[in-house]
Amino acid sequence: MKPYLRDFVPKNLEDIPDTTSYEAGYLVTKNAGWRSIRPVIDNTQCVGCLACYLHCPDGVIFKSNGKVEIDYDFCKGCGICKNVCRLGAIRMEAEK
Amino acid sequence: MAKKFLSGNEAFAYGIRLARPQVISAYPITPQTIVVEKLSEMVEDGSLPSEFIHVESEHSALSCAMGASSVGARAFTATSSQGLLYMAECLTYASGGRFPIVMMNANRSTALPWNIYGDQRDSLSLLDSGWIQAYAENAQEALDLALMSYYIAEHKTVSTPFMVNLDGFVLTHTYEVVDVPAAEQADEFLPPLETDNKMDLLHPKNLGFSAGPDHNTAFKYKEHIGLLNAADVITQAEKRFAEIFGRQYSGLVENYRTDDADYIIITLGSIAGLVKEVIDKLREQGKKVGLVRIRYMRPFPNEMIAQAVGNAKAAAVLEKDISFGNEGTVYTNVNSALYKAGISIPVSNYIGGLGGKNILPEEIEKILEELTERTVKTEFLGIGGV
Amino acid sequence: MAVNAKTLNETEFFYGHKACAGCGGSLAVRIALKVLGENSIAVLPAGCMSAVGFNFPQLCFGNNAIISTFAGTASMLTGVAAGLRAQGITDFHAVGFAGDGGTADIGLQALSGAIDRNDDILYICYDNEAYMNTGIQKSSLTPFGAKTTTTPAGKNIRGNLRPKKNMFEIVAAHGISYAATASVGYLNDFMKKVEKASKIKGTKYIHIIAPCPTGWGVKTDETVDIAREVVDCGLWYLAEYENGQYTLNYRPNQFGDVAAYLQKQTRFKHLTEEDIQTIISSRDTKWEFINQNFH
Repeated sequence: MKPYLRDFVPKNLEDIPDTTSYEAGYLVTKNAGWRSIRPVIDNTQCVGCLACYLHCPDGVIFKSNGKVEIDYDFCKGCGICKNVCRLGAIRMEAEK
Repeated sequence: MAKKFLSGNEAFAYGIRLARPQVISAYPITPQTIVVEKLSEMVEDGSLPSEFIHVESEHSALSCAMGASSVGARAFTATSSQGLLYMAECLTYASGGRFPIVMMNANRSTALPWNIYGDQRDSLSLLDSGWIQAYAENAQEALDLALMSYYIAEHKTVSTPFMVNLDGFVLTHTYEVVDVPAAEQADEFLPPLETDNKMDLLHPKNLGFSAGPDHNTAFKYKEHIGLLNAADVITQAEKRFAEIFGRQYSGLVENYRTDDADYIIITLGSIAGLVKEVIDKLREQGKKVGLVRIRYMRPFPNEMIAQAVGNAKAAAVLEKDISFGNEGTVYTNVNSALYKAGISIPVSNYIGGLGGKNILPEEIEKILEELTERTVKTEFLGIGGV
Repeated sequence: MAVNAKTLNETEFFYGHKACAGCGGSLAVRIALKVLGENSIAVLPAGCMSAVGFNFPQLCFGNNAIISTFAGTASMLTGVAAGLRAQGITDFHAVGFAGDGGTADIGLQALSGAIDRNDDILYICYDNEAYMNTGIQKSSLTPFGAKTTTTPAGKNIRGNLRPKKNMFEIVAAHGISYAATASVGYLNDFMKKVEKASKIKGTKYIHIIAPCPTGWGVKTDETVDIAREVVDCGLWYLAEYENGQYTLNYRPNQFGDVAAYLQKQTRFKHLTEEDIQTIISSRDTKWEFINQNFH
C-alpha cells in the first residue's frame, strides 16, 4: 500500500502516546512545497525501464500500467529521475 | 523457599533468575562483577534460559538492553560507578523510551581520585535520569527487590526503568542467610512482560523518535507521571509479595522507632543497619531517637518523610554523597519535602562514608547528640587520616 | 530471480521524510529496506536519516524502526536480535543504518563488539563523507583534501589533511561473516549485496557511498552520477569480503578523470594540481593492493 497522509494529527495531551512509540509510517505533512521545479514524464517516450523508480531518493515514483507515475505530494524536485532516464522521457518544469 | 548463605551480589542474582529476564547484557566492573558472573553460570548450567550478551562497554550494555526491551523482551543489566556514568546517556534514553529495564548498581565512589569502595555519589548524581531508584539495606531486601522491581517497572501505569542500588562491598560482598523463594512462587508473583511499547512484526511501530517544542513537554510530563505512579504500584507489589512470600515491606521509606522520637536520622542503604543498632542502644538509655530509612529516592517519599519527622525536634540527613558546591543531594530533597509540608525543624547534613570510609557507631551517636543543640549545619565525617 | 527494479518489493518503507532533495543516504536506506522487506527492524542512530525520518507525528518508516543513541547502533541491534530470538521469533532482519560519523567514529566500538560476538545483524553504513546532519564537519571518513566546516580551506591549510579511514578492511580484519562496499551509483550491485547479506547468519557490514549534494557541493540531480564517477575513477571500489577472502566486483576498464571528479564538487574546488596528484597516487597505491590481494 502506498503511504498516505493521515487526517488525524495528534496535538492534545490525550492524543500523545504515553511512550515514545507510535504507528509506523504515519504521515501528516507533504513535501510538495519544497519544490521549485517538477519532473514531468512523457509517456510516449517512456519504455517502463524503471530506472527513475529505482533511483528516486524519496520513492515517489510508482509503477503504473507498464509505465510510471509521480506522487507530487512528496516529490522534492531533485531531478535525479531526469538524469537517470536514458530515453529523455522526463523533463523538469518550473513550478508556477 | 530455601535458606542460602549468600552475598548481596549473589542474592541479587538469585532474585534476577526468579524474574527470568530474556536478555542480560553487562560489562564487568568492581564491585558488581559477582552478580554477572553468577548470572553467566546460571545461563551456562541451564537454570536461567536467557541470552547473555558479552558487550564491550557499559554504554553498549544498556543500549543492548534497550534494544531487547524495544521488541518486548525482559532485560537486565548491572554496573557500578564509572560504568554507570559511562552509560549515563542511555539512562535518560531508557526512561524517555519508557523501557522497563532493571539494573543493579553496586554503589561505588566516582573518580577522581580513583577508589573502588562504596559511596552513593554514582547513583545520586543520576537521580534526575528518570529511573526508579531503590536502595537496599541487606541481601534479603536486595533479592526481594530484584524480583519486585520488574513487577513495578513493567506495570502499565509505570513503564519506567528501575535501578536497584546495593552499597559496594558492604552489601555486595557481605554474606548473610537469605530466603530464596521457589521459582513457582516467583512465577505466580511476576507475570510475563506484556507491553504495547514495542516493535511488533504484525503491528509495526516507530520508536524513540524526536518530538519538537510543540509536543516535547507532553512526553516529559507523561514520563514524570509514570514515575510518580510507581509509588502506588510499589504498595501494590509489596502487598502481593507479602501474600505470596510472607515478607512485608514498608513502601518508599522504613520508619524505625520514629513514633515518639525527638531526634531522627534520615539515611539510605546498608548504613541503616548500624544506625538501628545505635538507636537501640540509645533507646535503652531512655533517649528518644529514631531512623527514617529512605528505600526509594525516586519516586521521592515527600509526604512519608514529612509525616515521620513532623513531630521531632530535629533531624539529620546522613548520606554517602556530596553535591559539590552545595550539600548532600538527599539533604536537599528532604528539606524540600519538609518545607512543602510546613515543617520547620532544624535539619543538619552529615556527609560520611565517602570512598568507603567506615562510618563508626560513635559518629552516629555524636550526630544524635549534636541534634539536641538544634543547629543547622553541613558536616563531613572522617575528613582526617586513619 | 535476481533482485532488480522490476522484481523489487513495490512497498515504500521510507517515505515522506525530510531529507534534502537528492539525498544519497535516503536512497540507500530506501533501497535496502525494499530488498529486506516488511520484517525489517531498523535501528538508526542520531544522524541525518533519523533526523529526517522520525519527527513525531511525522513518522516515515513503514516498517518497525527506532532511533538509537549515536554510539549505540550496533549494540541496540544486538539487543533487538537477542530480544526477538529469546521470544522464539526468527523471521526478521535486524538492520542498522548509520552514517560515516556514527560508524567510523563514535559507533566504532559498539560495531567492533557486535562483529566480535558475530551477532546476527546487518549493519549498513551510508557514507556521505562528513557529519552532514550537524552542518558538514569532518569525520574520519572525510577524504583527503575535502573542505568541511571544521577543515576549512584557507591559506595555511587546504581542507582535510588525513586520508579516509578504511572501514571495509577494518571490519574484515575482525573476520566478519560478510562485508561489502557499494555505491548508490550502482544500485543493482548494492541490492544484490543486501539480498546476499540477508541470507547469511552472523554479522554483515555493507559500506555504501551516498553522496550528499549539500555537503559535497553538487547539484541535487547529480547524486547518482557522482556516485558512479567516484567508482569509475577508482577513488572508491565495489568489493566483498567473505570466508577470509576479498573479491573485487567491478574493475573499470580505464579509470575516469580524477581531476574532473574533484573539480565539479565545491568541497574540492581549492585543491592544487599537487593535491590532485597526491590523491591520484594514493588511489594507485590502493589499487596495487587490490590487484595483489583481491580476487
